[in-house]
Amino acid sequence: MLKITDLRARLDAEDDAAIEILKGVNLDIPAGEVHAIMGPNGCGKSTLSYVAAGHDGYEVTGGSIAFEGEDITEAEPEERAAKGLFLSFQYPVEIPGVPTLTFLKEAANAQRKARGEGPISAPEFMKLARENAAKLGISNDMLKRPVNVGFSGGEKKRMEIFQAMMLAPKLLILDETDSGLDIDALRIVADGVNAMRAPDRSMLVITHYQRLLQYLKPDVVHVMSAGRIVESGGPELAEQLEAEGYDKYATEAA
Amino acid sequence: MPAVKETIEDVKQLESDKYKYGFTTEIEQEFAPKGLNEDTVRFISAKKNEPEWMLEWRLDAFRRWQQMEEPNWAKVGYPPIDYQDAYYYAAPKNAAKYKSLDEVPKELLETYEKLGIPLREAEVLLGVEGAAETAAAARETPKVAVDAVFDSVSVATTFKKELEKAGVIFMSISEALQEHPELIRKYLGSVVPVSDNFFATLNAAVFSDGSFVYVPKGVRCPMELSTYFRMNAQGTGQFERTLIIADEGAYVSYLEGCTAPMRDENQLHAAVVELVAMDDAEIKYSTVQNWWPGDADGKGGVYNFVTKRADCRGRNSKVSWTQVETGSAITWKYPSCILRGDGSQGEFYSIAVSNGRQQADTGTKMIHLGKNTRSRIIAKGIAAGRSDQTYRGLVSIHAKADGARNFTQCDSLLIGDQCGAHTVPYIEAKNPRATLEHEATTSKLSDDQLFYARQRGLDEEAAVALLVNGFCRDVLQELPMEFAVEAQKLLAVSLEGSVG
Repeated sequence: MLKITDLRARLDAEDDAAIEILKGVNLDIPAGEVHAIMGPNGCGKSTLSYVAAGHDGYEVTGGSIAFEGEDITEAEPEERAAKGLFLSFQYPVEIPGVPTLTFLKEAANAQRKARGEGPISAPEFMKLARENAAKLGISNDMLKRPVNVGFSGGEKKRMEIFQAMMLAPKLLILDETDSGLDIDALRIVADGVNAMRAPDRSMLVITHYQRLLQYLKPDVVHVMSAGRIVESGGPELAEQLEAEGYDKYATEAA
Repeated sequence: MPAVKETIEDVKQLESDKYKYGFTTEIEQEFAPKGLNEDTVRFISAKKNEPEWMLEWRLDAFRRWQQMEEPNWAKVGYPPIDYQDAYYYAAPKNAAKYKSLDEVPKELLETYEKLGIPLREAEVLLGVEGAAETAAAARETPKVAVDAVFDSVSVATTFKKELEKAGVIFMSISEALQEHPELIRKYLGSVVPVSDNFFATLNAAVFSDGSFVYVPKGVRCPMELSTYFRMNAQGTGQFERTLIIADEGAYVSYLEGCTAPMRDENQLHAAVVELVAMDDAEIKYSTVQNWWPGDADGKGGVYNFVTKRADCRGRNSKVSWTQVETGSAITWKYPSCILRGDGSQGEFYSIAVSNGRQQADTGTKMIHLGKNTRSRIIAKGIAAGRSDQTYRGLVSIHAKADGARNFTQCDSLLIGDQCGAHTVPYIEAKNPRATLEHEATTSKLSDDQLFYARQRGLDEEAAVALLVNGFCRDVLQELPMEFAVEAQKLLAVSLEGSVG
């Protein structure tokens, strides 16, 4: 599904001295698998998610990103979205004046148009919205409100998962979705994500802590440090990290 | 769309004989001699067969205008206007610019399509031969009465009969001068006095035509009234004059939509709009303005120097101005309300978009004279490209306006880093029992918002359009249905290419 090869990227700054953040990342997520990336703050986890989604604040200086066998390294963010890449943001953005459902319908139809499909009908869309909202305990009132405006941190994360459900991506990247969630909210969000697991859908879960992974049960856990994947293993690696911390990797990288 | 075009042709065939309003495309343009002097004023008045008092009124205005100085307090810059180097009267000659839609440049048609303007209307607006008659005659379905102003003379008035049945008078102001001189004489200049300001005085001297509406006591106008203003003779200044009177308990909603074809030469447009609302009357005046803003270097474009004012003369009367301004090279415009009647209300909802090198100095004035008068101002300014925009507003509470209330909200959105947005709110309160609130924000269209929307699948232009529409939502909600959709699309089209 997603194959990242020797990816190097830096902040897209005016001066050439911009620091390289990704220093040769290799990652291969087959269809249907859930991979987790763990690592200390500043190791480049979030940058990886932004670069994968096509954020123009970063410049790819080497390597490639392939999605379903197609090179998307230079693709626009909306092209990646239409192909089925969804990023659940660490800090979801507020869009005043635009109701959530309006936003999602526009987005869904833009994606469909890019894929050569006809627009979704309003009743069909509304039915889907009600079903998905119920799964996440999202009220009707919340759907009518402008995108993320006035929502608590937990509500925003829940809405991200709702958006993912509505847009039904092939690859779901969760960037620190667990941060700012209390235990109950964490369970609701995790249940929502688990409900989306499917043989043709992959996930990349970026997190600092193990607790979300207890619910999501990833197939593979990667450790990232100083811009590289430094170790990969099974779910037990997450537990080991929780117990031992990241010190080992930090010194190795240095 | 060939099927649609065919239908239009068919309708044209069917309807062309039925067209009753006497406009033929063979009429030749009649210019007043170039320049401005008393003879020009006499020429215009004579052309329109005006009564003697009207000519005197115009001459008085002209004499006063000669003593006046062009205002320079607005934050706009333009080369000096040579008032002698223009024509002040042009009756339409053959208004058609194109023989059929096939001849219209593709880009223009695309813009119309993006705006969702029906082909039939596009034909009229673009000046396709015979289109005005067809459109006027075929407008049975939507309940919008159109008084199309081509250059300076109204050429098509529809739904006249149905309006007459309700007792509503809706006609060009020159017609009204012939048919209802007593109403004109009573109300013309009663809201915007002859010598109100430089441009309004010029208008009083040389105004060519415009719309007149009178809604009698207790009548709710059965349809939205609409006018398309359009300029199509090169170098012709436009001096529209609109007068709308809602008598006791009457209600009327008036839509003004504007678009002009490309021009290389600056065109002066100095319109005057006067609204009068008597006891318990309500007037809703909505504008979508999309005049030629000039090219990317600021060459050409319309100078839109307009005086719009409402007099809430009666108790509990209400006037609401709603405007979406995306066009013109320079805009100088402050639709205002004089809240004279006790309990009267004024509202101003505005979206002003400037791109390229456009300059806009616009806002409103709310003059609270009566007791318990209320006003509400929501102004949204969006500046992109190298444009410059100023909100200039006045809220004035006079000594007798006990219990007056005002709420003002001015929000500016900047797109890019070469544009400017300024807010100049004046507040005068001479009554201690008044309540005034003012909120203002300036923000930049954020990269984070753009990326977020694009990550969800919207391309850059769609993302900007969505964000801007969200920013303007409070105002878009106030627009009549007919305009809301068109206005949303207009925002998107106006901001094309403003990012990246």
